[in-house]
Formats: sequence, C-alpha cells, structure tokens
Amino acid sequence: MVIVPVALPLAAAGLYAVFGWNRVTEWLGALSAGGLLAVAVLLARAGEGSGLWGLLRVDALSAYMLIVIGVVALLAMLASPGYLRAEAATGHAGPRAARSYGIFTQCFVAAMATAVLSASLGMLWVAVEATTILTAFLVGYRRTRKATEAAWKYVVICSVGIALALLGLVMVHYAAVHAGLSSREGLDWVSLAGHAGGLDPGVTRIAVVLLVLGFGAKAGLAPLHAWLPDAHSQAPAPVSALMSGVLLSVAFYAILRVKVVSDVALGAGFCRMLLIVVALASLAVAAALLIGQRDFKRMLAYSSIEHMGLIALGAAIGNGLALGAVLLHILGHGLGKSVLFIGSGRIQQAAGSSSVDAVRGLGGRAPGLATAFGLGLLALLGLPPFSLFASELGIVRAGFAAGLGWAVAPALVLMLVIVAGVGRAAGRMLLGTAPPGLADGSDGRLRGAGVPLVVGLVACAVLGVTLGPLRPLLESAVTIATAGPPLSAMGGAR
Amino acid sequence: MTDPVYVQALDLACGAFLLTGVLVLWRRDLAAIIWLFGLQGVALGALIAVRGLHEADVELTVLGLGVGLLRAVLLPCLMRRALAAGDEGREARPHVSVAASLLVTAVLTMLAYAVSQPLVRLAPTPATQAVPIALTVLLVGFFVLVTRRRALSQVVGFLLMDNAITAAAFLTTTGVPLVVELGVSLDVLLAVLALQVLTTRMRAAFGGTDLDELRELHD
Repeated sequence: MVIVPVALPLAAAGLYAVFGWNRVTEWLGALSAGGLLAVAVLLARAGEGSGLWGLLRVDALSAYMLIVIGVVALLAMLASPGYLRAEAATGHAGPRAARSYGIFTQCFVAAMATAVLSASLGMLWVAVEATTILTAFLVGYRRTRKATEAAWKYVVICSVGIALALLGLVMVHYAAVHAGLSSREGLDWVSLAGHAGGLDPGVTRIAVVLLVLGFGAKAGLAPLHAWLPDAHSQAPAPVSALMSGVLLSVAFYAILRVKVVSDVALGAGFCRMLLIVVALASLAVAAALLIGQRDFKRMLAYSSIEHMGLIALGAAIGNGLALGAVLLHILGHGLGKSVLFIGSGRIQQAAGSSSVDAVRGLGGRAPGLATAFGLGLLALLGLPPFSLFASELGIVRAGFAAGLGWAVAPALVLMLVIVAGVGRAAGRMLLGTAPPGLADGSDGRLRGAGVPLVVGLVACAVLGVTLGPLRPLLESAVTIATAGPPLSAMGGAR
Repeated sequence: MTDPVYVQALDLACGAFLLTGVLVLWRRDLAAIIWLFGLQGVALGALIAVRGLHEADVELTVLGLGVGLLRAVLLPCLMRRALAAGDEGREARPHVSVAASLLVTAVLTMLAYAVSQPLVRLAPTPATQAVPIALTVLLVGFFVLVTRRRALSQVVGFLLMDNAITAAAFLTTTGVPLVVELGVSLDVLLAVLALQVLTTRMRAAFGGTDLDELRELHD
C-alpha cells in the first residue's frame, strides 16, 4: 500500500513513454494524480505503516504532505492538456516534447512522493536531488536562450545547495554511529529522533546548519534562492504550479524533520535562531524585488519566496499552534499558487508575454480569467475567507504568544510592503483600459481551463472556513512535527 | 593491514586527493582539468579501499573499486565527450588569477581546519584527522564553481565538491548505508548527464559555453 503513491505515477510515466501524448493519454496524468490523492487519504486513515523493505514509511506528517502533493498534482495535470494544446498551436511544442513532458512530470511527482514517504534522511536526500534533475528538463522545455539559462542556473545552484545537505547528512550519520546506532539506523527518522539526546552537540550543530541551508536552497529560502524566480518563470505553467505549490514544501518538510532531531539534541533555541534569520532574509529579498516587479510570473515566484519565509518563521516559533498553521499554510499556498500559475500560463499564452504592461486591462478583455487571477492574488495576500488568512493569523498569534514578537513584527512590516507591491502590479494587470491593438475575447480560447482554477479557489476558501475531516490528521501531524504532546491551542486557531 | 602501513597508505591517498584538487585551480587547459579530476577519482577509490582493507571489510573494498570506476573513468569520459563536441579547449580568463586562487586556497585550508575541530574531537583517529582535507577540497570545488567561466569548469567544481563529501563520508565512518551511497552515485551521474545536455543546448542557443553570456534573466 505504501508503495502505491510512488508506483502509480511511475506507471503513468511508462505509459507516456510507450504511447506518447495524445487525445486519450493527455488525461492519464490527472488520473494518476487523482489516484495518488485517493491513496493518500486511505493511508492517512490507515495510520502508520511501512513498505519496500523498510525504506518507505508513512505517518500522519508524511500522509498530510502526500495529500498536498496529490491535490496540487491534480490541479496541474488537469490544466496540462489545455496548456500543451495552446503551446502546440503557437509552435512551441511538438509531439516529442509533449511525450517527454508527460514522462518527466509523472517521474517528478513520483520523486516527490518518495521524498515524503522516505523512512530515512538518506532516501529523502536521494529523492529531492532526483526532483532537481527531472525538473531541469521541464524548466528548459522551450529550449530558448532564457529557458536554457534558467535550467542551467537551476541545476547548478540547487545541486550545490543540496550537496551541502549531503555533507550535513554525512555529519548526522557520523554523530549517530558514535552515539551507538548502527549505520542503517543512523539515518532513520524514528531512531534518530529517539536517540537524538545522545548525539554529539558539536558535530550535530554543523550538521543542522548544513541541512537547513541545503534543503533551504531547494525550498527557495535565502541565501540560496537565486535560481527560483528564473526557474519558476521559465517552466511551463503547470510545472511552475507543481514546483512552486508543492516541491518547495517537500523540501521544507525535510527541514521540519531535521528540526525534530535538532530540538532534542541541541535544544529548541539553535534551530529557532537559524530559521528566524533565514525567514526574515527571505521575506526581505521577496519584498525588495516585489516592489516595482514588471513580470507577473516572476512576481508569483518572489511571492513563493515570501510564503516559504513565513512557513520558516512558523516552524521557528515551533509550538503546536504555529506548526498547525504552518501545515495549513503549506496546503493553502499550494492551492492558491497553483491556481495563479495555471492562470498566468493562460494569460501569457493569450498575450504572448509575461510582462505586466502587456496585459493591462485584462478585466475588460477576459473577465473570467481576470476574476480567477484576482481572487487567487487576494488569497495569496492573506485575505479572508481563504485559508492563508487563517494560517497567517495563526503564525502571527503563536509568535507573539511565544515571546518572539521581535521577529514577527519586522515580518509583518515586510508583508505590508509585499501587499503594496503585488497590489500595484495586480491593479495594472486587471483594471484599467487595454492598450490598443490587442485582441479581445481571450476567454474564448480558455474553454475548459476554468475547472482547475475554480476547484483550487473553492478548496482554498473552504479550508479557510473549516478543516473538516482534515483536522484529526493535521493534529497528529503537528504532534510528530513538535515531537511532543499537542498544545490544546490548536482549537483556538479557528 | 598493520597500523603504520594503514596510516601511511591513508595519508598518501588523502595527500593525492588534496593535491589533485588544488592543481585544478592551477591549470586552465580543460582537458588537463578533466585528467586531474580523474586522478582524484583514483585517489578517492584508493582511500576507500584502504579503509576497507584495514577494517577487513570486503564490501567496503569493493565499494572503493566501484566509486573509483565511476569517478575516475565514467565521469571523466562523459566530460571528455562534452569537451570534444565543442571547440573550446581552454578556460577563458578566469575572474580570479591563478596566483590569487592559490593564495585563496591557503585561506580556505585554514578555514577547513578551523571548522572541522569538533568533527576531529569526537573521535580522533587517523581517518577523522584527515577530514579537514576533504573539507578543503569541498571549498576549493566551490571556489572553482563561482570563479570559472566555462560551463565544463563549473561541472568540475560541482564534482570536486561531491568527491569531497564522499571522502568525508568514508573518513568519518565506514560510509553511509549502501543503498544511500548507490542513490547518491546515481544522482550525481544523472546530474552530470543533465548538465551535458544543457551544455549542448547552451552551445546551440548562445554559440558557446561562456557563462558570462547568461544574462537574459534578471530583475
């Protein structure tokens, strides 16, 4: 059962390799993502289990992440057929490119599923590095100068970042073996967390810094964030949705697991300080580059850096309320950002450019698309009823309650700057009058593209009102991430 | 293997490992850099095999041979193919001169020794005392990565870092679990293949592999 979320997308990739991308197989990706989501829900209900000779293990935290992967993959795969059809119409993608798109996206989903299901830090590392290589070809999909440049920077910076994490892994293994664990147990999450008290603090400190910076590079956190705006703006829109909506969170999931070990071995203060510095730096970078941003896909990419910074801040605060909010934020951001990237792909295809000025007055020309995009931006800026409002409120409240107001206050100021920057660009894109000479009625070409947008926005809004059946899973996941009894404060988040 | 022989063999392998890493900074001829990288792969394989012989661990010795094969034969072969596809035999003028680079290496070495103090203190054996060497090569690799201008030099920089991490793994313990080591090796191989494909595309799109030409994307 545990192996199904990995096997399903791999099987779909195999079918794409054999049959290529055509009218029938184009929906295969959505089918496999839907299956993955269903299995994730079943796994969440079944509780803990392991498979593949103990290499894979599922608990509440990994089941929750698997659900996030399933949801975002479903949205992205529902949008893919329409996106590729429009790409083919403009001569950007032939049948061969479409086939490799099918293969690589499915392998990419399988690698992310492997990452969150890994029983050990070692397997997790291998899977995360595999996502870099698989997505490199998706980023460079258009083979233009810009796409090639983005892909090159992406592979080099992420591989170097993740190499730091590998060195951190080696150090953890060294400390664990000297704490009396066997070589295999030395990287296993459960035995590491269980024996964290015996790890040598000097070595563990170096290891934690390397692991947070290394996985932070993949999670789009400063200081190794430079690849993100290039890669996310050049990748095909559904792939951007996957990379921004869920790959970043999968990398952050690794940091959450490392933090559990670090908090026992070194005390909560060490990882907290590290994460606060990284979080505030990421927010500052995002704020500085969102002001006056002229490219809407890059704007969305910098907004991802902002949200990962917020998530890191929540993890730094580290109590039950904060981590509940962090996990909810991961899902809410996944939904909102997928909607926006899928929408931005449509806008880019209709306008032929990703510049804010080229799509002025979208509201008049394509009201449906503009409404969806506008609502998505409101969700992203943390307005109710969308779930990002609830989770941001949770993080801020938890921060002040934990006496970390000195870290939360500058974050709030930076968020206000970001609201101003994004709001200004959104106003120019959606309102106002269209420049003359641009075709009207872009909505006509968008038939069918609306489904994932509406589904994503509705899901994000519903989550903002009620957690529904997700609540028990979220509570168990928080227990694992805080490595302690859950704080009753979770009830107060809502 | 007796202890004095083991220590000497280990130090010899580590010395060769460090020397080949530093020499990469000295040469500007790309073919020579690939050759040096291959030699470093041999030193790394020997280092692991010496550890295996000392621990009387057959699996570790065989792993040393495998790692040596991957890093001394397979990866250099791939890079030579990428080099032959283009007509740029030499590194363009690097951003930092060779003399300055070697001075920086001295600083990096001291940094590596300072950082690895806690690592040596945990278990001061002949092997862990060589960990600073691995960290020096890691920093040298990073330095190559940020100061060189050819795509292939960046790949070598990345691989130097990876060699260094593998060396650190086998110096601190007898290596990470086999399944992880295999996964890491596969990932590295695939990363180099991916970068090779991207180099070909770069040549088609930009007419060369000078990374200073990558200036299309900025804010």
